[in-house]
Amino acid sequence: MSSPDETVDRRLDGNAAAGPLAELFTVDLSVAMMTCGGCLNRAALGAHHLYPDGPALVVRCPACTAVVLRFAADRSGMRLEMTGTRLLTVAAPPTTAG
Amino acid sequence: MARAAVRRRLSWQPAEVVAVRRETPRAWRLALRPPDWSGHLPGQHVDIRLTAPDGYTAQRSYSIASPPDRPGVELVVERLVDGEVSTYLTGELRAGDQIELRGPIGGYFVWPDPVDAPVQMIAGGSGVVPFLGMVARATDAGVPVRLLYSARNADDVIGRDELERSGTAVTIAYTRAGPPGWTGPIGRVDATVLAASTVAADARPHVLVCGPTAFVEAVTGWLTDLGHEPGRIRAERFGGMGDPP
Repeated sequence: MSSPDETVDRRLDGNAAAGPLAELFTVDLSVAMMTCGGCLNRAALGAHHLYPDGPALVVRCPACTAVVLRFAADRSGMRLEMTGTRLLTVAAPPTTAG
Repeated sequence: MARAAVRRRLSWQPAEVVAVRRETPRAWRLALRPPDWSGHLPGQHVDIRLTAPDGYTAQRSYSIASPPDRPGVELVVERLVDGEVSTYLTGELRAGDQIELRGPIGGYFVWPDPVDAPVQMIAGGSGVVPFLGMVARATDAGVPVRLLYSARNADDVIGRDELERSGTAVTIAYTRAGPPGWTGPIGRVDATVLAASTVAADARPHVLVCGPTAFVEAVTGWLTDLGHEPGRIRAERFGGMGDPP
């Protein structure tokens, strides 16, 4: 695909960050709601923009493009930076009567 | 009494390759059997990791093509000219091999639950793969379910059998050539095609769009112009690496 804007072609969805983040979290974060510390936009991680090809995964706010999360994992360990996230909300799992 | 969901970290597991079958001239279908598999939701994906003898690793995400009621996991992998992972998966991998897999992953780009409105799926090229596991649900959905699928030509159509068996109303937009005897239009999906071949915005459908990044972003822009609420559009981009559909 020849696009004049290589940045656009690199962009994925936060959904694709859910696998790497599952190395750290016990919940699937793709439906977790994240509030941007910059503009206070609230959206599911899956609706965020992901730039996966840097040294770290970089997740940006879909409204203001501020960096809300960076995550890196390699043989030395894992690093998570969330300075740009005001709030991360994980809904309670559906309960099963039993 | 409420039962707490079991929460645990997902980890890599070796999955046996049960079959490798050519799906189209450019895509292969892999059937995998992970030992620890609790089932999946249509639309979820797995991560695949390859490790070279020197320890170098590469991982990619692939949508699950098979419906949940089939054992194991099927993926459809498009061979990309410079794809370091896809060329291995589509050229070297054989039945009986083992491959590292992590999943199922993702609760965002999945079949809507509850299905309280029509469902419109829009695929560019191999972006149809997550929808193959969803179309089987169309018959039971009780709401209109439509798929608009942009494909280069008839040979490149992935999952033709599943699509034909399903209760989904499928419109294929051929971008380069139609099947023999085709008298319909040839060309890329644009705002006009979307308006003519998708559920109208006033029906407030759930809209799922999957394909190369440029395709997804063009389509979601047109959908918004047509009056669809951005909050009802869910997108799955797979980057710009793929050939245009």
